[in-house]
Amino acid sequence: MSSQASAEGQQNGQGAGQEVTGVPILLDGVTKQYGSKSAPAVDHLTLEIPAGSTVMFVGPSGCGKTTTMKMINRLIEPTEGSIVIDGEDVTTMNGDELRRRMGYVIQAGGLFPHMTVAANIGMVPKMLGWDKQRIASRVDELLELVSLDPGQYRDRYPKQLSGGQQQRVGVARALAADPPVLLMDEPFGAVDPITRQRLQEEMISIQQELKKTIVIVTHDIDEAVKLGDWVVVFDEGAHIQQYDSPERILSDPANDFVADFVGRGAGLKTLGLARVHEVPRMEAVVVTPEQTPAEALRQAEESGHGHVLVLDKQQRPIAWPSVEQLRRAEKLPHIHEENLPVVGTGATLEDALDTMLVSRAGAALVVGARGRFEGVVDLDTVMETLRDRRAGENQPKAPVGTNDEDITLERSPETGEITIVPSGGGAR
Amino acid sequence: MTTTANAESTAETTNRSGLRVDRGSLRSLILYPVILLAILGLLILWLLTADLTNTERVTLAPGELWTMTKQHLWLTLVATVIVLVVAIPLGVLLTRKPFRPFKGFISGVANFGQAAPAVGLIVLFATWIGYGPTAAIAALVVYAVLPVLANTMAGLDAVDKSLIEAGRGMGMSAWAVLWRIELPLAVPLMLAGVRTALVLVVGTATLGTFINAGGLGLLITTGVNLDLSRVLITGSILVALLALTVDWVGRVVEHIARPRGL
Repeated sequence: MSSQASAEGQQNGQGAGQEVTGVPILLDGVTKQYGSKSAPAVDHLTLEIPAGSTVMFVGPSGCGKTTTMKMINRLIEPTEGSIVIDGEDVTTMNGDELRRRMGYVIQAGGLFPHMTVAANIGMVPKMLGWDKQRIASRVDELLELVSLDPGQYRDRYPKQLSGGQQQRVGVARALAADPPVLLMDEPFGAVDPITRQRLQEEMISIQQELKKTIVIVTHDIDEAVKLGDWVVVFDEGAHIQQYDSPERILSDPANDFVADFVGRGAGLKTLGLARVHEVPRMEAVVVTPEQTPAEALRQAEESGHGHVLVLDKQQRPIAWPSVEQLRRAEKLPHIHEENLPVVGTGATLEDALDTMLVSRAGAALVVGARGRFEGVVDLDTVMETLRDRRAGENQPKAPVGTNDEDITLERSPETGEITIVPSGGGAR
Repeated sequence: MTTTANAESTAETTNRSGLRVDRGSLRSLILYPVILLAILGLLILWLLTADLTNTERVTLAPGELWTMTKQHLWLTLVATVIVLVVAIPLGVLLTRKPFRPFKGFISGVANFGQAAPAVGLIVLFATWIGYGPTAAIAALVVYAVLPVLANTMAGLDAVDKSLIEAGRGMGMSAWAVLWRIELPLAVPLMLAGVRTALVLVVGTATLGTFINAGGLGLLITTGVNLDLSRVLITGSILVALLALTVDWVGRVVEHIARPRGL
C-alpha cells in the first residue's frame, strides 16, 4: 500500500515537494434564491478556496452545501454574486465550457451504463477533440492511478464492476482532462465502510500526487476532518459556522452548533489526524545480534534505558528485549521477532497509541522506508504533540469565509492573499 | 494498492455474468418464425386440397393475395413512419423542462385517439378527406400515436437523473446529454412502444377496406358479404400471421438495438 508513505505531509495542502496544479476559487457574495419569498438557499456567501487544497463542505442536509458546490461549476446558476476561478470571473461564461475545465464526481460514480469504462473516462477528452491514441493512453494512465488494471477493466461495462470500482472509475473520469479543480458530491456515500476507508486513503494519496483544488461535499464529519485541509461547517442558508483546519474544528469549535456537529470523541478524532512523523522521536540503545548480552546490558545501564533494541544489517528491528530478559539470555536473538510494537511514519497517532498500549515497553518503534528503524515514540511524546496541535501552533491562517454583506475583498498584489475589508466606515 | 484491486476483483467473476445474453429469449426469437411459417404452410396446404368454388378461386388467386398483402403492408408502413416522425420528437419535446406542463394535455389527446373506436375514426377521416388510402393512413396514425408517445416519454423519464447530472456536470450540452445518454438508455422502452404501435396498425389496417383503401381486410368483408367462409378464414389467418410477423421483426430489432451494458 502506498498510503503509508504517501500519507506524509498530508496535513497541509501546500506541503513542499509536489507542484500545485490546482487553481484558487473565490465565491464573492454568492446568493441562491428559489422564488422571491422563501429564505435563500445560499445567503451572501463569500468563500475563498486556496489553490491545491482540499476543502470539505459539511453540514446537516438542506444546509445549502450541495447548492454551493453546484454553483462553482454553475450546474446551479447563482442569483447574485460572482464566481472567480484563478482570477477569472466565470459567472457569465458558457457553462458547458466551464464545466469541461472541472472534474465532477457524484455519489456512486454516475457512470453511463451503456458505455464501457474506457468510453466513460474518455468522454470529456473526446469532447475536447483529443485524438483516439491520446485518449486511449490517458484512459490507461488514469485506470492505473485509481488502482485498476487497464487490461482487465478498460472494456468492461459499469454493471460488471463493484461499487468501489465504479467509484474509482468515476474519479478517473473526472480527472480525464487533467482539470485544475475537482468537485465531489458525497463521493464515498454509497459504498460500504471498508471500501470507503480504502477509497479515502487512495484519495489522499492521489491528491498528494496531483495537488488539485478539491471541493468535497459530505455530511460525515469524520470524512471531513480526515480528507480536508480545510473544513467549512455550514448551517441552513449556507451560513458559515466555522471555516478552519480540521484540528481547530475538533479542538476549538466556534460555537455550540459546530460542537454538536462534531459530536463526542473530538479528542480521539484528533488522534486520527496527526501522523507519527510529526512526533519527536527518542533514541534507543541499539545493538547487533553478534554482540553478547553482557555488552548489551552494559550499554543499557550506561544510558539508563530499560530495553535494548537488536537491529539487523539493514537496520530493521529484530527484537526489543528488556533488561530482565537480557540477564537471563545466553545470546542475543538472531531471528526477527513477531509482534514487535512497530508503526510506520505515516501511521496515525491513533494506530501508534493502540500499538503502545499493548507493547511491554509502553512505547512503539518507528520504522521508515523498507522497515528501517527510525526511533522510538512513547505516550509522553504523543501527549505533547497533541497538546501542541490543540494549541493550534504552526498552523496557517484559515482562508476567508463569511456571510457578511458589508465587506469588500482586497487582494494583496504581492502574495495574492485575500483579506476582508469591512466597508460602511465602522458603523457596525 | 494492488492488493485492493485484487480483493475487489474476486467479487467480479460473479458480476461478469451480468451481461450474458438471455438464452431463453433468443431461443423463442428463433422458434417464433418457424411456427408462423408452419401455420402458413398448413393454410396453403388446406387451400390446395380444398374443393374451391369459382368465386373463391378468383378471390384467393395468389396474385390477388400478394397484391392485397402489399397494400396492407404499405398502409402499415406509411402510417408507422408518420407515427414515429410525429410521436418521438413530440415525446422528447414533452420531457424537456419548458414543455413539461403540456405533457398532461397532449397525453390526453393521444389517449383520446386510441380510446376512440378504430372503425369510427376511419369513417370519420374518410368523410373529411375522402375515401381512399390517405384517410385510412390518417386514421391509423391517430390511432397508433399513443403507445409510441407514451413509451418515448416513459423511457426518457426512466433515465436516472443522476446520470443526466453527471453528463451536464462534465460539460456535455443538454443536446449531447439527450443524444448520447438519454435516448440510448430509453431505446428499449421506445422500441417496445414502436412494436406495439406496429401490431396495432397491422390489425387495424384491416378496416381500410371499408373506405376503399385496400388491404387484406377485403378478404374478410368479401367472405362475410358473399358468405364464403373459406375466404373469410383465409383473410383472418393472413392478417393474424402478418401481425405476428411484424411483432417478431419488432422483437428482433429490439434484441439487436438494445444498448450493451444494460
